[in-house]
Amino acid sequence: MTYSFVPILLMILAAAILGAVFLGLNTIIGKKQRNPSKLAPYESGVPLLDESRKRVNVKFYQIAMLFILFDIEAAFLYPWAVIYRNATLTPAGISWFVFGEMLVFVLLLGIGYIYVWKKRAFDWT
Amino acid sequence: MTSGDIVFLVPEIILTIGACALLVFPVLGKRAAAQSAKWMMIGLLAITAIAVIVSSHTVTDFAQSRLFATMFAVDSFSVFFKLIFIAAVAMVTLMSEDYFRDSRYSPWEYYSLLAFALCGMLFMASGIHLISIYVGLELMSLSSYILAGYYKSEQKSTEAAMKYFVLGTVSSAILLYGMSLIYGVCGSLNLIAIDRAMSTLITNDALMLGILLLAAGLCFKIAAAPFHVWTPDVYEGAPTPITAFLSTASKAAAIAIFARIFYVGLQHFQLDWSFVLATVAALSMIVGNLAAITQDNIKRMLAYSSIGHAGYLLLGIISMSEMGMRGVLVYTVVYLAATLGIWAAVLMLQQHEYAGEQVEDFQGLHTRSPFWAFAMVMFLLSLGGIPPTAGFIGKYYLFAAAIQSGFGWLAIIAVLMSAVSMFYYLRIVVAMYLREGKDAQVSTAGSLRFVGAACLAITLFFGILPTPLIRQVETSARWVAARAVAVPNAGR
Amino acid sequence: MEALTSGMPFLVFLIIGTIAVAASILVVAMRNPVHSALFLLLTFLCVAVLFVLKAAEFVAAVQVLVYAGGIMVLFLFVVMLINVRSLPEERVMSAFWKGGLAVGLGLFILFAGVVRPGVYHEPKGNERDLRTQTTYRMRKVRNADGTVTERRVGRSRVVGNSEAIGMVLYRDYLVPFEVASLFLLVAMIGAIVIGKRELLAEEEESTPQFILDRAEKEKEVKEVVNGR
Repeated sequence: MTYSFVPILLMILAAAILGAVFLGLNTIIGKKQRNPSKLAPYESGVPLLDESRKRVNVKFYQIAMLFILFDIEAAFLYPWAVIYRNATLTPAGISWFVFGEMLVFVLLLGIGYIYVWKKRAFDWT
Repeated sequence: MTSGDIVFLVPEIILTIGACALLVFPVLGKRAAAQSAKWMMIGLLAITAIAVIVSSHTVTDFAQSRLFATMFAVDSFSVFFKLIFIAAVAMVTLMSEDYFRDSRYSPWEYYSLLAFALCGMLFMASGIHLISIYVGLELMSLSSYILAGYYKSEQKSTEAAMKYFVLGTVSSAILLYGMSLIYGVCGSLNLIAIDRAMSTLITNDALMLGILLLAAGLCFKIAAAPFHVWTPDVYEGAPTPITAFLSTASKAAAIAIFARIFYVGLQHFQLDWSFVLATVAALSMIVGNLAAITQDNIKRMLAYSSIGHAGYLLLGIISMSEMGMRGVLVYTVVYLAATLGIWAAVLMLQQHEYAGEQVEDFQGLHTRSPFWAFAMVMFLLSLGGIPPTAGFIGKYYLFAAAIQSGFGWLAIIAVLMSAVSMFYYLRIVVAMYLREGKDAQVSTAGSLRFVGAACLAITLFFGILPTPLIRQVETSARWVAARAVAVPNAGR
Repeated sequence: MEALTSGMPFLVFLIIGTIAVAASILVVAMRNPVHSALFLLLTFLCVAVLFVLKAAEFVAAVQVLVYAGGIMVLFLFVVMLINVRSLPEERVMSAFWKGGLAVGLGLFILFAGVVRPGVYHEPKGNERDLRTQTTYRMRKVRNADGTVTERRVGRSRVVGNSEAIGMVLYRDYLVPFEVASLFLLVAMIGAIVIGKRELLAEEEESTPQFILDRAEKEKEVKEVVNGR
């Protein structure tokens, strides 16, 4: 099974070599002109308006946290989706059972979703 | 696993539905009164308690009802602890009411989180599989982290939550590492299967490391000595009802899984782990009680005192006998009753946020409120283990069990440290009766008074008439301790 | 080819493992927190490769999806949120680095000591069979006497990694799985309770006096920072 990942490894290697070659050629062949404006952060040719690193509203963080929580929920759905077809084929009425337990799982997170929505965590103002 | 097994999870299911209702009810409807949150919570707890009792009666043979791929056991041990947890959370709920009266924080999420924490504790009480135990523990811990930081505009509360969260997750990781090593050696996560696998092993260093890490993680959760440093800061910073919750219900849940894991799963290696735990217990008793002497803040003092009590409770686990198990159960009840009563008294003195935390605030309490002063004396005597109160019964069982199993030196330390603890407990008594009081206001909330009276009743009743408690404890301890074959004189 | 593939996993383990360890050291050693975060990303990806080597493809996928995808976003937000800047005069090592190193080395020796064959449980023959789950295909079959019964017509082994996990997770571990959803729900409540300002504070913060005060405070902070 692990060997089926060998092509991916080769692809990563190819990408690394390609990147190294391009960068290497650049440093060998390319002209070098050093001036201070080359070191300045790039902002479409416009001088910097503000510092790039400043305090960000906590709301970004909150949204990111909620994103992760639903992300993990999605991760739980994958193996369920994979086995669902096979589980319905097994005897003893297990299919409703498997369906029901995912329903409960999603329902509990749905409650969280309602709560978060009603608390206006998704509103930006 | 059959669908009929779901019957045994009814209390947890009810509690989950109720907690979700507490969460969405206020956001869906119009602004609901804060008062109704408390009554909904109390009602929910009552229904859950009934469900626990009813579902336990549907099981004919306690020891056989292992369900859901042998993850949960509905036995007398779990029912005992479940009822204790529900009672403790009910007390915390009653205590919280006054605290929320003029606060700007919503009580709904607070009670909902408390209910979720209780749900985790119920899973812990009945779990006989390391995964189900761990999941329950984490549910309880995560809710507690949030609750500790509930007063988010208070710097202290946020700091407490931060410390608790960082150290708590690290300890959970250590616990999990220990569990994974045990799984690697034994090939199972079920406690009974672990026990069976261990009976064929002579010695195994991976297993030793696993047990050590598991014990370290659990010692953090019960706040035993080398892992106790978070306790004073968190107890001080958290909102006082939550401190009451952490020092009682949360600790009891951790001690329940501690007892279950070590009695059922790891008994064959008792000779190896009992000395480690004996050191931890001795350290806890010494550090906790000596450090408490110097504290002026009552929340910190009680935090250190609770570290000492964790040490006493460990005596019961180390001794690995039915007597020790009984001691753990009795002492849990006794400790919870006295501690909840003291927290109720602290809350009674608190008018807002963090006032009323110093020992001086208790000065002259007997003129302001003779009932509370008397109740406080009883609670403190109970914690110190003085005869007319229930604390004596608990300590008697624990110390006797330790001596029986050959840990006489540990029992001597325990007795000495009990004497030391009386020193700082009596400081509060002296402040209440012999010092001139300030004319500070005293809260007259009925629910606080009810909590105080209930705790006083338990402390005195079981102190004078311990038979009903002991009879109950004998059956509850039997299911867990029956498999424990104590190695005689393990301590020598 | 055979010799190449048999040595391959070990070689990959050596390379990736070295990168993982080096990157995780750089996470704590970098001065610029953004660089630290990027090295953390590299560590996560290397760990995902290690999971693949141990034939745990599902865990590897989750590692990339949740950690490299989600958690990293959180880390970068934290870096921005608290506005850390790399201070050249600040020491990289903490004052306790010797003690930390000793504890780390001690733990490493302790944990490395228990990694050897013979210590761990070896699944016996019938247990190994249990690990490879099988599912049955049923078909209604008309018997000779006219009754209809279900009969097994095919048997398929569960092959995929996520399939095997699914079988265990949704059949044996269903209660812990449901509790995991409770866990996520509690985390959501926590995100709201801790992260969201309460209404009263919001009103307070929209008053002109508060805005003036805050502008003043920010100016002071800026002066202090620029003064360094």
